[in-house]
Amino acid sequence: MKPGHGEIVLAEGDVEVPEQERELIEAFRRELDAGMWAAVPIETAGGRREAELVKSFDEVPREAERVIFFPRAAGG
Amino acid sequence: MTLALGTAAVVLVVLLWELLRPHIASELASARALWAERRRRAALPSGYDPGRERRAEQRARELLQSCVPEQEWAMYRELGFLRVTAPRACGAGGPGRGEDAPYAYLIYPHKPIVAYVPATGELLSEYCVAFPDESRPYGSPRLPDSDDVLAKWMALTADERRLIGESNMHLPGRQVEPERVRRDLDRLARWEREHAGAAHPEAVPARAPDNLRSA
Repeated sequence: MKPGHGEIVLAEGDVEVPEQERELIEAFRRELDAGMWAAVPIETAGGRREAELVKSFDEVPREAERVIFFPRAAGG
Repeated sequence: MTLALGTAAVVLVVLLWELLRPHIASELASARALWAERRRRAALPSGYDPGRERRAEQRARELLQSCVPEQEWAMYRELGFLRVTAPRACGAGGPGRGEDAPYAYLIYPHKPIVAYVPATGELLSEYCVAFPDESRPYGSPRLPDSDDVLAKWMALTADERRLIGESNMHLPGRQVEPERVRRDLDRLARWEREHAGAAHPEAVPARAPDNLRSA
């Protein structure tokens, strides 16, 4: 998520392909190093949608379709 | 002779003034409008483009729709806010549903999150939280409205304690008018009644249990 733009695709790839996975990990780290939070929208077994905050690439479910980065929360 | 020439000069000046006055007044009004517009533009973040902001908001709405449950998307689209019911209750003996929940949150774009008791409508507190992007990629640190709502929704459903911990808590009424919240709660109740028949049974009146996470 970006001010003035909305959704921007940072990286795309298949985690089963090592080279692409490396690129995804690098993009993930870059965003977290920039202070962003990472969330994975998931759908539970009951079909309900929710989100999961992840702090490392290992925490991203392998079947996740996307990770959304957004600026970290601050007291307003 | 001098008197006649002087009088003629005065009459000429008055006539010229009467002829030019509308034109001068119009020019002054234009200059004032131009100056006001310049001041308005100067007050906006640099590089602000209303068209780009609208496109950003459109993309943000599509992203929000793709992430939140259908029922909540409809709620946001029609009412302008989201309701999240007591995520923490999941870890304390089961999640709340609708009026059974011990508390719930109303998420407004770029306004504090408002906590309330669904059973009584009592307002508990406001949590002031923002997601500023200080890199200001397009001149402003502010996310589009729907991205702000999605960020709050994701953070609340995923890690309520963390989000609440980052926010500034205030008594109700500091930034969001209590009367407005009460009106919104009435609108929400009416909206839920109207949608109760059409919606999926698991989605009415509030979030289904497996949608709620322990913080």
